[in-house]
Amino acid sequence: MQEYRMHLMLCAGTGCVSNHAFDIEKAFKRELEKHNLQDEVQVVDTGCQGFCERGPIMIVQPGDIFYEMLEEKDIPYLVEEHFLKGRPVEKHMYVPKGGENPIPKLSDIGFFKKQKLIALANRGLIDPENIDEYIGREGYSALAKVLSEMTPEEVVKEVKDSGLRGRGGGGFSTGTKWEFAKNSPGDEKYIICNADEGDPGAFMDRSIVESDPHVILEGMAIGAYAIGATHGFIYVRDEYPLAVERINKAIKDAREYGLLGEDIFEAGFDFDVSVSRGAGAFVCGEETSLIASLEGNMPEPRVRPPYPAVAGYKGKPTNINNVETWANIRHIINRGAEWYSSIGTETSKGTKVFSLVGKVNNTGLVEVPMGISVRDIIFDIGGGVMNGKKFKAVQTGGPSGGCIPESLMDTPVGYDTFAKIGSIVGSGGMIVMDEDNCMVEVARYFLAFTQQESCGKCTPCREGTRHMLDILTRITEGKGKEEDLDVLEDMCGLIGSTSLCALGATAPNPVLTTMKYFRDEYEAHIKEGRCPAKECKSLITYTILEDKCTGCTLCARDCPVTAITGERKGIHVIDPDICVKCGICKAVCNFGAVRIES
Amino acid sequence: MKLKPEDLKKISDKMEASTNLRSGAGRAKITVHMGTCGIATGSRDIMKAFLEELETSGQKDILFTTSGCAGLCSHEPMATIEIKGESPVKYVHLTKEKVKKIFDEHVMKGNIVEESALGRGSERVG
Repeated sequence: MQEYRMHLMLCAGTGCVSNHAFDIEKAFKRELEKHNLQDEVQVVDTGCQGFCERGPIMIVQPGDIFYEMLEEKDIPYLVEEHFLKGRPVEKHMYVPKGGENPIPKLSDIGFFKKQKLIALANRGLIDPENIDEYIGREGYSALAKVLSEMTPEEVVKEVKDSGLRGRGGGGFSTGTKWEFAKNSPGDEKYIICNADEGDPGAFMDRSIVESDPHVILEGMAIGAYAIGATHGFIYVRDEYPLAVERINKAIKDAREYGLLGEDIFEAGFDFDVSVSRGAGAFVCGEETSLIASLEGNMPEPRVRPPYPAVAGYKGKPTNINNVETWANIRHIINRGAEWYSSIGTETSKGTKVFSLVGKVNNTGLVEVPMGISVRDIIFDIGGGVMNGKKFKAVQTGGPSGGCIPESLMDTPVGYDTFAKIGSIVGSGGMIVMDEDNCMVEVARYFLAFTQQESCGKCTPCREGTRHMLDILTRITEGKGKEEDLDVLEDMCGLIGSTSLCALGATAPNPVLTTMKYFRDEYEAHIKEGRCPAKECKSLITYTILEDKCTGCTLCARDCPVTAITGERKGIHVIDPDICVKCGICKAVCNFGAVRIES
Repeated sequence: MKLKPEDLKKISDKMEASTNLRSGAGRAKITVHMGTCGIATGSRDIMKAFLEELETSGQKDILFTTSGCAGLCSHEPMATIEIKGESPVKYVHLTKEKVKKIFDEHVMKGNIVEESALGRGSERVG
């Protein structure tokens, strides 16, 4: 077989696919054939490469040349210039914000430079649907190692010593969890991979499953061996079709190689996996709800203890870990607990994957060592706030987390450091907000989410979140009362301490942190009927500045409710009674003549 | 096919060239210069000749790549051979026969083929 001289690592993660990556792939194949290069240049579909903002992206190897924002029409030129003639094309390379010169190599781009890949070690380097490529990068060697050289006790000890903590939100020691399940009496035990990622703005787990599905299967097989399970479930939400497709392909391929099934590696160990698709209820991310759903029951949490390690799926000892946690296992086995625990901080070891979204320049998926500051993530990796606006806060941990303000930006990433400032690492969502975001509205938004996703089983969560949402909505409408803040604070404490599961217990976090760090915004809404960020529609008015309006009529033509009147070349006026405050006039005005007042 | 632990190594070996190419790991790198001047003097044939040598040799840890004009158009076709840890050597006026000799002597054994070499080193970048 002739080896390909050049590999085009085309990102086929969900982000790039939705930006027509598959059309680009077809165009590449067509153009390569036109130049008779199909046997020299290989097109490889990889999983998400992380830099979703610039998609569709592609890395050319050898050379590490990074191309971004590709369009079908660019492909013929690119193929002729670079792949036929060998001249990398500058115009499709990344140019940093405020910079002039393109950066040809991926490894020189700031977004990638500060990252440290463990869970995403194979990102962009393999075709997730080709098991041989996974094996080529030490795949399944950790499983071979545990089955041939290690006792289950030794595996548990290694994971425990590594300091790995649950990446799904709880942050509980993974090794200890395994130990509980291992020591629970019972001849029938289960392993579960929680891929029910539901936080708004989070897509870490989806990307791992899409870009490296075998890493999950290998991790689960190792965990099953350690605790004595023979069957595993992957609970993945059905909104992730590409992840479901790739994990199913991976399971099929692993079975064919005997890496799942009976007597794996002839070591007398049996293990198989099945995929269960969830219907997208946020509460299923909670382990007891997930297990209930897996059993075919209503997805409602139950009181713990007993913990799933004692009585989980069908009442049998069950160990459940999140996708990212599983993705770390094979590296810990292959490289050792000592190596893993040398990365990170005293109490938070290893790396964490974050999905960096919101008003940040480099939206995408990043993996960083624990202990890096929030500032480094947002400014060095994320490239700062969009459109040169001022940074206001970042919401970490999704609806269960809190807002971290500018003054606490130097906080190092870690379970305990984040807890101390009222937030959580959670599963790794990071939503960046700028000066135009109203923090009361942010709290209202997250509470609306948890309220809607509350399963309704326990009263504090079902009723409490509804009342809190009512109060927050009222404040954003300018109908807040002086005592509202005290009532909110009381309710936060009550819901936090009496809810049945983490969904309710953490729901107050966004409210508590915004009230703590942005109390002046709450007070402006209540006392002055004013929204300082000028976002709350009930409290703002749009006006046209007479000295700037040129009478171009653009706003009047684009207004969906015809609230704007004015002659050509004459000053235009917005009728506040008709205006729905959609903001289109401000967006289309070329002269900065539309102003929001509050 | 049910794998045994030793089969992982076999698959890994089969994938080695591909894995090395993507991660940039290799003990040597061959670069054929393919500017307009290079292409006009037949650098595609030179590229193919190198690729054939590479394939026949079965070596998995040698990277092959192309680049633009090296700036010495009158001496095309040209190639640069870089053995890890040593300074790169530029070869000029290449032919298929010269490629074979350079591959056998320099890439495989580490002996520079003086008669085709222009000199050692690269100009400084930046």
